[in-house]
Amino acid sequence: MNLLNKFKDPKLCLNILDQIKSELNEEFRFMEVCGTHTVAIFHSGIRTLLPEQMVHLSGPGCPVCVTHDREIAAYIALSEKKLIIATFGDLIKVPGPGGRNLKMVQAEGARIKVVYSAVDALKIAMENPDHKVVFLGVGFETTAPTVAAVIRMAKEQGVKNFSVLSLHKLVPPALKALAADRNIRVHGLLLPGHVSTIIGIKPYLFLAQDYKMPSVISGFEPLDILQSILIMVRQKNTGQAEVVNNYKRAVRDNGNARAMEVMYDVFEPSDALWRGLGLIPGSGLAIRNEYKDFDASVVHDQELPQVNEIPGCKCGEVLKGLISPDKCPLFDTRCTPARPVGPCMVSTEGSCAAYHKYRL
Amino acid sequence: MSERIILDYGSGGKASQRLIREMFVKHFGNPSLNRLDDAALITGLEGPLSMSTDTFTVDPVFFPGGDIGSLAVHGTVNDVAMIGAIPKYISCAFILEEGLEMDDLNRIVSSMARAARDAGVLIVTGDTKVVPRGAVDKIFINTTGIGPVIADPSPSGSRAVPGDLILVSGSIGDHGLAVLSHRQGISFETDILSDSQALNHLIIKLIREVGDIHVLRDPTRGGLATTLNEIAQQSGVEFLIEQEKIPIREEVEGGCSFLGLDPLYLANEGKFICILPEKSAEKALELMRKDPAGQGASRIGYVREGRKGKVVLRTALGGHRLLDMLEGEQLPRIC
Repeated sequence: MNLLNKFKDPKLCLNILDQIKSELNEEFRFMEVCGTHTVAIFHSGIRTLLPEQMVHLSGPGCPVCVTHDREIAAYIALSEKKLIIATFGDLIKVPGPGGRNLKMVQAEGARIKVVYSAVDALKIAMENPDHKVVFLGVGFETTAPTVAAVIRMAKEQGVKNFSVLSLHKLVPPALKALAADRNIRVHGLLLPGHVSTIIGIKPYLFLAQDYKMPSVISGFEPLDILQSILIMVRQKNTGQAEVVNNYKRAVRDNGNARAMEVMYDVFEPSDALWRGLGLIPGSGLAIRNEYKDFDASVVHDQELPQVNEIPGCKCGEVLKGLISPDKCPLFDTRCTPARPVGPCMVSTEGSCAAYHKYRL
Repeated sequence: MSERIILDYGSGGKASQRLIREMFVKHFGNPSLNRLDDAALITGLEGPLSMSTDTFTVDPVFFPGGDIGSLAVHGTVNDVAMIGAIPKYISCAFILEEGLEMDDLNRIVSSMARAARDAGVLIVTGDTKVVPRGAVDKIFINTTGIGPVIADPSPSGSRAVPGDLILVSGSIGDHGLAVLSHRQGISFETDILSDSQALNHLIIKLIREVGDIHVLRDPTRGGLATTLNEIAQQSGVEFLIEQEKIPIREEVEGGCSFLGLDPLYLANEGKFICILPEKSAEKALELMRKDPAGQGASRIGYVREGRKGKVVLRTALGGHRLLDMLEGEQLPRIC
């Protein structure tokens, strides 16, 4: 058995599950803030094995889902400007204002290229020197450093036809907004493993210090998740909130200094709009002035248009854990993965899509 | 520089004639095709017949474990066989892109001929069109197959009943991952080979020796999960599938977790699902495991009343979740 299989070992997992059951003595609402956790919890069947008192909530952990309508309107407007738009496939079907998405504008003649990394977008630009290429930078701290590195590479190589629309978001400021919101009832946070490999443990410490919130950085295998839940339950029982790194095989407490260096060389923190959460100060990444020639919002003079919200869509409340996806009046009626109304139904890591796909 | 396909080859004139004789007749040659009439003369087919057609557009055209030529034969032969029939004849129509290298076409055609020979079918009629560069991607192939049905009653997706057991003939996801990992833009190396193979010989053996088989279907596009859903819906029953029992190669599992894919939704081109009464299951499994095309056969679940048209997965941990159909495309053009 290889090491990774141990983290899926049913015997070990069921052992931890028994401990959770025996130590849990009241309702415990935990929230994950990473789409990969959302899927892993459904996919492994953990959700149906947890005791009833343990309530699983999915927070704003899917970068596609938290992309604001105004941001979507901005990149759709860009795609109509005779540019080549390079994007991760996840964004293609995300509906913006009026239900329009990149697939539709592509059918109308816009040039959209799906890429697997920002490097591929830069390659497209270098291979098509007569065309302007815009990469849609969507993602958290996990993705932003590679995009930053690509912008730096483009500058070093003197590429003139490549820019990035930075819609990146930072996780800790969003967690702060959630923790400070008195309407949100959460007893523990399962912190995102991938993001933490970059930022380490320090940016989360305020959760325990200021908000007494049990918080555990977790891996994605069933054993990781169950252990992390057990740690949260124990913290709640003893009244000792702490931020724990329970994903030491991937996450260093100090994070990845090189990734952070390139990220903050190219980007600087800025205010950003989140679907459901609204404007959160310092939660976005804007391209610094030194790299403004690669900032699509500057180069192509693209602001965030004012838009109307999608009527009826409760993605915002779902993202805050205020309602479960099936409590949205559109869920599985007007809004399905085939015809999504809101982004939480589009992304494979969105909580509505996971509910639709996996829940019995 | 090697010779390339030019538009003249689809003109119907001398160039077309040359291509037909020097390429297709040379490789596929059989009495019916060699007559070079407008249609193939078929004699001796009687009783209920099975007929199926499929068009192949795989990208890349050459992939580890096969190519578009062998795939075009296996795909149609397998479809014809899935209602308990012996595939006998197939047609093939090519749409070639101007500029396709003659050597590549030769390689594809000879691979088709080899696959047809191994499957025991004759390619008796065909067509070739050449379209301007960019109108298709290198080469598209349509094949249609026909053969007599020997199963009575013949297997159908609508015949699964509560109590039946669900078998699968071998490891899942090999073709999808093999093709994907060799696609341009994805630099990912694996040793996985496509499972593309003809299943008709094994199917016939099962029909003859096991008796009534309720459902046979090959989980191609959409993979095992989607095909199971189709059958559950057609039959109006629920399936309970045990994750632990689904055969998946370690390399496929690893590759999928790296690329963010689910092997249960990856295409297979040489596997089939077999649903049959519990009393016949052991014998079927034994026959399958003795055959090179079914060595990895496994019992993966059973049919129950439950909620009509739903597939429930019992996970390795013992939890349960829905195993849904593939929504839209996981990946473009893999068959």
